[in-house]
Amino acid sequence: MQLDNLIIKFQQKDKAAFETLYHMYAENICGVINVIVKDTERSQELCHDVFVKIWEKSDQYDTSKGRFFTWILNIARNAAIDEVRSKSHKNQKKNLSVDSLVGIYENSEDFNGKIDTIGLQSLLKGLKDKCLQLIDLLYFKGYTQKEAAKELNSPVGTIKTRLRSCISTLRKNMA
Amino acid sequence: MDVKEYIASGILELYVAGVLSPEENLEVQHFALQYPEIQDEIEAIEKAVMELTKTASPKLPENGFSKIKAEIEDVIPFTPEAAPKKGPTPWSSYLGWAASILLAVGLFWMYTENSKLKSEIELSNQENQGLQEILTNTQEEITFKENLLQQIRDKNVTVIALGGQAVSPTSYAKAYWNKDENKVIIDAQGLPEPPDGFTYQVWSLKLDPLTPTSIGLLSDFTSIDTKLFTLDNVNESEAFGITLEPEGGSESPTLEQLYTLGAVGS
Repeated sequence: MQLDNLIIKFQQKDKAAFETLYHMYAENICGVINVIVKDTERSQELCHDVFVKIWEKSDQYDTSKGRFFTWILNIARNAAIDEVRSKSHKNQKKNLSVDSLVGIYENSEDFNGKIDTIGLQSLLKGLKDKCLQLIDLLYFKGYTQKEAAKELNSPVGTIKTRLRSCISTLRKNMA
Repeated sequence: MDVKEYIASGILELYVAGVLSPEENLEVQHFALQYPEIQDEIEAIEKAVMELTKTASPKLPENGFSKIKAEIEDVIPFTPEAAPKKGPTPWSSYLGWAASILLAVGLFWMYTENSKLKSEIELSNQENQGLQEILTNTQEEITFKENLLQQIRDKNVTVIALGGQAVSPTSYAKAYWNKDENKVIIDAQGLPEPPDGFTYQVWSLKLDPLTPTSIGLLSDFTSIDTKLFTLDNVNESEAFGITLEPEGGSESPTLEQLYTLGAVGS
């Protein structure tokens, strides 16, 4: 209920409401961007741009787009994917071709001191690569079920249940 | 509906990922309102994803939001609130202006074309009229000359050649005399133009004794191109002579100024 009111005020261009939402979601949004872009400084700049964009697009959100977090997550990953696809970024980065989430998990020392590597490792403990890939595709890369199934060479019907079990493991690790 | 089965299907994980269609999203929300378990499950999934994304987050600058705030304050005039109003209007008005300018130019062009054509028609009409006049004149002239020719060719016409005399040996003239109609046509092409204040006078002559009778003046000599003059002659002429006389003519011929003379043949 409180969240719904905040969103309504935000859509009425209430900056205080927007500030509250920023503090609720900024770390998550910047984290999504960082997983995709893999450059903490650039991610901070992009994160700023994404929140400005969220403010500008505030009237475009409605509940048919799902959760508010889902909506801003979508804006963030699209901005980050655009960044990765842009040429300037390619020239800047050298050898981080590994899958986003799997790569960060396995090469978390690259981010040493810049992200919460210990927290990340404990959170992803026990998650198989297939789970990491699936979470990566659906939450960080914006793939559809069909696209994810094709990418992972799995039947579309298994995606939903497998995702359910992967997220369950994640939730157990949180506890 | 079996809430547990619905939750176990994994649809809520997809809902949080944002891969469902708008219709499916609304359906999930509908069930979430109806069954608190579903609402709780959605929030728990979202929390797990948020936790995961949070651990990957770089440190946020402390003044993160004030920077955003500074920027969105600049941005306000350009926010979607203001933009759509401004957006379409200029285009449609530019289009409108462009169309009306085009129309005006087109109308002006048609107007000038039209007046050009009109003046061209007027000019053609004038030309036509001029040509018509020339044609009429020419036809009149032809009729006149045909008449003359006919008169000259008449079988009753006697042709008298008048030769040049002492005062002007190279001069010559011809008289076409129709005795039945009592007319003489003088062809004066071989005479020089008379000096100002003088005119040629034609005389009918009886030779024995020499009796000149004036039958007329070759007035307007200069302006008559054909140099053909028709005069009345009721006399029983034996010869014709042309003298140069002061304007208005004389009672009797000035013989010193006799230009041409010719006797009527038998």
